[in-house]
Amino acid sequence: MAPRLTRRTLVQGALGAAGSSLVPWRAYAQGKRGGVLMVAADTEPAHWNGAILASNGVFFVSSKVLEPLADQAFGGNGIKPVLATSWTPAADGRSITFQLRSGVKWHDGKDFSSADVAFSAMEIWKKLQNFGRVLFKDLEAVETPNATTAIFRFAKPIPSQLIVNALPAVSTVVPKHLYENTDATQAAHPQNQKPVGTGPYTFAEHKRGEFVRLERNPSYWASGQPLVDRILYRRMADKGAIAAAHESGDILLSCFSAVSTPDAIRLGKVKGLQVSTKGYEGILYTATIEINHRRKELADARVRRAIRHAIDPKFMLETVFNGFGAIATGPIPASGAPFYTTDVPQYAFDTARAEALLDEAGYKKGADGMRFALKLLPAPFFEQTRLTGDYLRQALRRIGIDAQIEGNDAPGHIRKVYTEHAFDLAVAALVYRNDPAISTTVLYRSGTPAGVPFANQYGYADPEMDKLIDQAASEVNDAERTKLYVAFQKKVMNDLPIIPLIDFPFLSVVSDKVVNHHNTPRWPCASWADVSLA
Amino acid sequence: MSASPDRDARAAGFFAGRAAVLLRRRLAQALPVILLVLVGNFLLLKLAPGDVIDAYVAAAGGGDRAFVAQLRAEYGLDQPVIVQLGLYLWKAVRLDLGQSVLLGQPVLSLILERLPNTLMLMMSSIGFAFGLGVLLGVAAARRAGRPEDTAIITLGLIVYATPGFWLGLMLIVIFSVRLAWLPLSGIETIASSLTGWERVLDIARHLVLPTASLALVYVAIYMRLMRAGMLEVFGLDFIRTARAKGLSDDRIAYRHVLPNAILPMVTMLGLQFGTLLGGSVVIESVFSIPGIGRLAYEAVVGRDLNLLLGIVFMSALLVIAVNLIVDLLYAHLDPRIESA
Repeated sequence: MAPRLTRRTLVQGALGAAGSSLVPWRAYAQGKRGGVLMVAADTEPAHWNGAILASNGVFFVSSKVLEPLADQAFGGNGIKPVLATSWTPAADGRSITFQLRSGVKWHDGKDFSSADVAFSAMEIWKKLQNFGRVLFKDLEAVETPNATTAIFRFAKPIPSQLIVNALPAVSTVVPKHLYENTDATQAAHPQNQKPVGTGPYTFAEHKRGEFVRLERNPSYWASGQPLVDRILYRRMADKGAIAAAHESGDILLSCFSAVSTPDAIRLGKVKGLQVSTKGYEGILYTATIEINHRRKELADARVRRAIRHAIDPKFMLETVFNGFGAIATGPIPASGAPFYTTDVPQYAFDTARAEALLDEAGYKKGADGMRFALKLLPAPFFEQTRLTGDYLRQALRRIGIDAQIEGNDAPGHIRKVYTEHAFDLAVAALVYRNDPAISTTVLYRSGTPAGVPFANQYGYADPEMDKLIDQAASEVNDAERTKLYVAFQKKVMNDLPIIPLIDFPFLSVVSDKVVNHHNTPRWPCASWADVSLA
Repeated sequence: MSASPDRDARAAGFFAGRAAVLLRRRLAQALPVILLVLVGNFLLLKLAPGDVIDAYVAAAGGGDRAFVAQLRAEYGLDQPVIVQLGLYLWKAVRLDLGQSVLLGQPVLSLILERLPNTLMLMMSSIGFAFGLGVLLGVAAARRAGRPEDTAIITLGLIVYATPGFWLGLMLIVIFSVRLAWLPLSGIETIASSLTGWERVLDIARHLVLPTASLALVYVAIYMRLMRAGMLEVFGLDFIRTARAKGLSDDRIAYRHVLPNAILPMVTMLGLQFGTLLGGSVVIESVFSIPGIGRLAYEAVVGRDLNLLLGIVFMSALLVIAVNLIVDLLYAHLDPRIESA
């Protein structure tokens, strides 16, 4: 087919010509300089301060502007230095010394130093951040003997493994000189709306509801980076429209499953486009059945095991998840090295076994073939959780459990499951955040007050489980700590307080024009300093 | 000669007087309407499970108890519902619409930023629907019963039965993806430095597809109304008289039938304005237009009470104003109608 001459190709040609006359097309080892990366953004948070609100939606944009001390990487121990160049934990587990990168400048020209790190840790992460408030609760002080050294001192021993694993999500550094003596919690704070950072791109413009524009930071600390001149995030609310924009070439990239799975499969076959599930290894979701132990039937482990036996995860993976994902063997996904183990109790798809277990527990079938009825609340956040709910209803019917589906929107679901406990079963997508102590044990530890979402609101309390979790939380020896988490996984799969089913990644759709993409385990939240356009 | 301007002035004065009466009466009626709309929406959103903090925490992926409680206290959500309502109304009286919790900006500025886009979309849709509806309706009525009439009616039925969002996506696939004639989303080319007429043209091009998606359903309605109205008037005695006088068909259709058949259309116009605000939610999402329809949707799913009530308040004002204009127009078009 002859190349079509359209408005778009004309404009691109003109832009290309203008670009080539202004910018010398130097070819670096990583790729070519220049170009505009057009990205679809399907959400738009209230502000762009990833140091306060550590969420994927914020990081998607803010991680190009504001940088953490370290980020996730493929290979090695999974963590690569960013603003910190190295970290050394003390033997007693009560301090960690960070060496910081020198010669780094904020976008306003001021020098980055250990004072910024100390301020961010003490005033922002510890006091305001959604994860930091828990993780850094024992952080007593951050000492700054010189401009490139920051020593974190803790009131009691804390596993350095945990802190290091958490760095990518919790250690976004903000400029002290722009936040000091201001109310950083205000979404309208000028720095939250137009952040000044150290990252490869500067925050240029945000028109709410329309777009965010980032520009290349010419004085970025990594020489030769970034390669792209501009990143434009287009706010697009409709999944169908995003798919169409991929086909027309109006956008080159969409992340976090911004198009529906069937559309993504179709787009993957379009010439010039590809679908990626790589780059989400560090932010995998696990489709999980949450169980309310306040129901006497569900407090019985035999009933919970029967539910697991009634489910065919292979079928789920193929139909509900279109093959994108993997069958979960336990509470930690296979990418969760070094903690992950397969040495846990497994449950085959076996409805006869399920029925036998229910009979044994004393729940015989009634005249209508049903043993008891349950209220099932699938989380509305993902199409996968909604569809899992539909599947679950059918699977449970087969063993005589009548699960009635109740649909809610996001705030309604959060309120009913995590505050009011007005559910019997719920389907959740729970994220694994690189260390069991950040995202996972909170689902099993008893004593969480009502109203805290994505935590143990299940009425499940097991002293042995609590002891395991608490020991691991204060174990400073890496190998010992890993061993405790192996024991933890075994206990979870034996007791099944909640039931992990499928580990699934998000989907990205990306144009072949984009070079060096999806090359870290949480790539949509990475800095994109090495991305270029062909 | 001297009497004529006098009479005109008297007529104008009479009309202005009637308009003033109408205006006063309508404003008096508007107050309870706005109050009802605000209280109703406030209670509806309060009845929905979960609040804005639940939505915020869901988006953040979690938060501890003290944090959640602190947020609730900060926005006064820990107070009794009746107190919250009272506080809101007291502020609304002083035209203080408050802050959007989810977006952290003053509600008024958020609305004013987006209102022009929605108004632009609505005006172009109403204009397109009204214009094309009249043309097709007149054409169908003048050829009633003939194949052209059947074709127009069938087409109208098909368009009427097509959901706007689907039509929008199909238009995008055809005109933006396949043919690449028109831009597929947004209200203007983003991050461009266009000014003056270039910018106007750019916005106009962006408006073509959303306008068509939003308006086509109404084209069908206007067309049916116009056709029925025309046929009714065609059967009246004064038309037979006009025919007997030997007037041409065109003259009868355009000078005598059309003006008399257009009144129900004006009624529809006022009604359509209200429903278009609802239709724009879907179309603004499909075409990524930053308008108040989408803002309202985001406010509901985020339980952002201040934002939603602000939008409802502004929309109510807008609809009341438009209906007032329609009534005035009515009185002007047909002086027999009392502006009651």
